[in-house]
Amino acid sequence: MTNFFNTTVGMSYGWAWFVATIVGILVIALPLMLAVAMIIYADRKIWAAMALRRGPNVVGPLGLLQSFADGLKVFLQETIVPAAANRVLFLLAPIITFTVALIVWAVIPFQTGVVVADINVGLLYVLAASSLGVYGIILSGWASNSKYPFYSALRAAAQMVSYEVAIGFVLISVVLWSGTFNLSGIVMAQQGHGLGWINGFWINPLLFPMAVVFFISALAETQRAPFDLTEAESELVAGYQTEYSSMSFALFWLGEYANVILMCALNATLFWGGWLPPLNVGWMYAVPGIIWLLAKMLFFFFVFSWVKATVPRYRYDQLMRLGWKVFLPLSLFWVFLVSGVLMWMRVPV
Amino acid sequence: MIQALAFYLFAIVVIGSGAMTISSRNPVHSVMWLILAFFNAAGLMVLVGAEFIAMLLVIVYVGAVAVLFLFVVMMLDIEVAQMRAGFARYLPLGLALAVGLAAEIIIAVGAWSAGGVKLSQRIAPIEGNVPNIQAIGNLLYTRYLFVFEGAGFVLLVAMIGAIVLTHRQRGGVRGQNISRQNARRPQDATRNVQPPVGEGVQL
Repeated sequence: MTNFFNTTVGMSYGWAWFVATIVGILVIALPLMLAVAMIIYADRKIWAAMALRRGPNVVGPLGLLQSFADGLKVFLQETIVPAAANRVLFLLAPIITFTVALIVWAVIPFQTGVVVADINVGLLYVLAASSLGVYGIILSGWASNSKYPFYSALRAAAQMVSYEVAIGFVLISVVLWSGTFNLSGIVMAQQGHGLGWINGFWINPLLFPMAVVFFISALAETQRAPFDLTEAESELVAGYQTEYSSMSFALFWLGEYANVILMCALNATLFWGGWLPPLNVGWMYAVPGIIWLLAKMLFFFFVFSWVKATVPRYRYDQLMRLGWKVFLPLSLFWVFLVSGVLMWMRVPV
Repeated sequence: MIQALAFYLFAIVVIGSGAMTISSRNPVHSVMWLILAFFNAAGLMVLVGAEFIAMLLVIVYVGAVAVLFLFVVMMLDIEVAQMRAGFARYLPLGLALAVGLAAEIIIAVGAWSAGGVKLSQRIAPIEGNVPNIQAIGNLLYTRYLFVFEGAGFVLLVAMIGAIVLTHRQRGGVRGQNISRQNARRPQDATRNVQPPVGEGVQL
């Protein structure tokens, strides 16, 4: 796109890059917001169907406009800041959550070369940005100056830090196998990974357990059920969002779902071949890569909803045990195993 | 142009947020300013082409260390006035530190402006167009392998030391046996009785 602005429009290279980047950001962020609205609707519909209910079906055909109606309602509400709250941080927290959920999308490749920032340290960038996500929640809990949000913030902080450790090791085994931190490079390394026929690391018996660990850690990282202890309504009212209303509440909501879609995209990109079709055969490449990526993301989102609808919530000690006593040793051992096998095979990197 | 703009933006924010870290009244605000400083320092690293270090700075300091700071500071009920009381007492020490750091910076800049070390004479010459991570990996796992492993070993010992220091055996704690919890079935814990109407259940 930089080339287009540089040669066709006739801007200098710097300006062309600047404009192209801004356009790229808008092209990703605006559809993403729309996608979040629709995915909330889909989540509610799937959840309802599994509970033999109808779900939202009043606003618009099949209730399709439900999320927009909710958005409008929230937009028209009054923003209430509790008197005892720390005003600046209270309003800053949802903005941080929302922004952090969006910035990671800069490195997600949608097709060959279709990515806002094709950087060498793409995966580290993802880790860095996801480690920022915890601040929105801690700050909202602390700044609310209220008991339940504070408990929730402490739970969230401990939970996200714990599962990030496991995610880090899982990512290292993927990086070891693909030989690069660049997300496009990781996707290309998966081409024909399974006997030249199947695209994706999931077919690799060494990496499939890591795909499962990553999926479960992603559930914990985004605080979805069964790990949604931060907003366990039977214990903590609504967790860190308790004191929020209006748009600041909506920003948490949007950020949370943007994070969920992001985790689905990372799952698809790291283990299931990203924009590549599932099989490495010619005619499948006729379908644009973004369609494959979207299909994989939607599949994982369905699994997220499925889990949310069917699995009961963990106890907090069980959550911590799973993170530190099961996933951490397992993924650490797996890093040794994967690097050992790679050394033995001498895969040229 | 844009490099200079970005550099001055990051540099000003780093200095400004650094100043706010030590001058803000609320300790939680201090940590937030510190995080902003880390973040912009990472931006400066990106500008000089050290993207790997920049990302590590964010992951390690912002993602882990600052979270711990925030965790501790949030729990404490710190009296700001009480902390201010020691200001005069520690002023000489602080000034000495500041002078020392300023002298070091001046010496370093002076040495650098006298002519940089030639690329071929550096201890670890940077190869041309190798990505950052690859260059660091090549050095760490070949030339500095033993130093690197030694550093890892020191960290491991430190970790074990921390665990040994804080771990103590407390009596009377009822631990959980997870495998027993998992092995428990509904029929072990419940019993289905159908009492006649009007009669209670034998407990």
